[in-house]
Amino acid sequence: MTIRHHLSEELLMAYAAGELPEAFALVVATHVSLCDECRAQAEAYEALGGAVVEEIAAEMDDAALEACLARLDGMPQMAPARPAPRRRGVLPGPLADYVGGGVEAVKWRPVGKGVRQAILPTDRGATARLLYIPAGVAVPDHGHRGLEMTLVLQGAFADETGRFGPGDVEIADGDLEHVPVAEAGQDCICLAATDAPLRFKGIVPRMAQPFMRI
Amino acid sequence: MFDACPDDKTDASLSTPPYGAPQTGIWQRDGRVKADGSDIQDWAALVAAVRDRQDRAAFAALFRHFAPRVKGFLMKSGADAALAEECAQDAMATVWQKAHLFDPARASVSTWVFTIARNRRIDVLRRTRRPEPEELPWGPEPEPDQATVLEVRQETERLGQALARLPDKQRALIERAYWGEVSHSEIAAETGLPLGTIKSRIRLALDRLRQELK
Repeated sequence: MTIRHHLSEELLMAYAAGELPEAFALVVATHVSLCDECRAQAEAYEALGGAVVEEIAAEMDDAALEACLARLDGMPQMAPARPAPRRRGVLPGPLADYVGGGVEAVKWRPVGKGVRQAILPTDRGATARLLYIPAGVAVPDHGHRGLEMTLVLQGAFADETGRFGPGDVEIADGDLEHVPVAEAGQDCICLAATDAPLRFKGIVPRMAQPFMRI
Repeated sequence: MFDACPDDKTDASLSTPPYGAPQTGIWQRDGRVKADGSDIQDWAALVAAVRDRQDRAAFAALFRHFAPRVKGFLMKSGADAALAEECAQDAMATVWQKAHLFDPARASVSTWVFTIARNRRIDVLRRTRRPEPEELPWGPEPEPDQATVLEVRQETERLGQALARLPDKQRALIERAYWGEVSHSEIAAETGLPLGTIKSRIRLALDRLRQELK
């Protein structure tokens, strides 16, 4: 997998700081599972977090150490690591974790023109959805008020800004109005996250929007 | 106060003297001392002592240094003093329990503690989940490569010094990104800090790992 479109420094730093809404953090964790370049950068920002925390200290209660030592008595050491999420087919581990399996476990809902989506359960700061776009089909023309991240898992799409293949992530801000078209040959599966509802230009998609949670 | 050095003999729980002595020795030979004149502590050796010998004196030394910083971090992030204190104790208990998962060739102790504190904050303060990337199979390496461990320590030291040298305004901006006081869109990732070397080291390690997995 040759990844050409990476995460921005801002998003990697915010992920390392633990400050992204869950839906965006899911896109970052999924991309990082595929991309060593971004994984290394995210870990470098964790090192910066460590350096920042070195600079501050709040006074602890006098009894804090004793209390903590007392807690250790009944505490098993060598606690096993939380089982790391495992990849299922085209779904990298963190995503498979949210879906509860591979692509076959996704509960798709049709949104027109053969395009299907599944909203994933995250906190309300942003929305994450899986999109299934049949080969050659265009996702309706839309703009955003906020940030949209789209990560390709299978197939590819192209829009006004370029071509996005497996592992690539498109980061679109409020200014971009684009028409992503799935490449011919293979159906495209993407993970997309938005922090504001999309704005579709046609009247029908706009009316359908409240019902579809697009 | 909990800022005492680990070799501070005034505390009864620190009746065993080795902490400080061997590791500061290394640094004295190198002529490396911190800007404030204090010896650099080999925190990784203390974590190893906790892991190998359930060493409570080593844990106490780690607690004195890191617990106040974790508490400070949580208070900066909006927790009240009581909650921050509790979370700091939780985080340090995690250090005790997960000492066997810490790899000094991958990250410094301050980086590791930061990630524990960050995850605690996401659980308790933000009440949300953090999607984690797939773990790479680093494999059981009983002895971390000492040259790399040293490199990690030197990087950590350089990063701390560079952070301290930044103009107040720029440093405050970076800190606020980690306290969660700015949104991801406001984060300025141009830090001018020596993160490139950290990223390169991690990237090389990932490349080597991928080679081995082939």
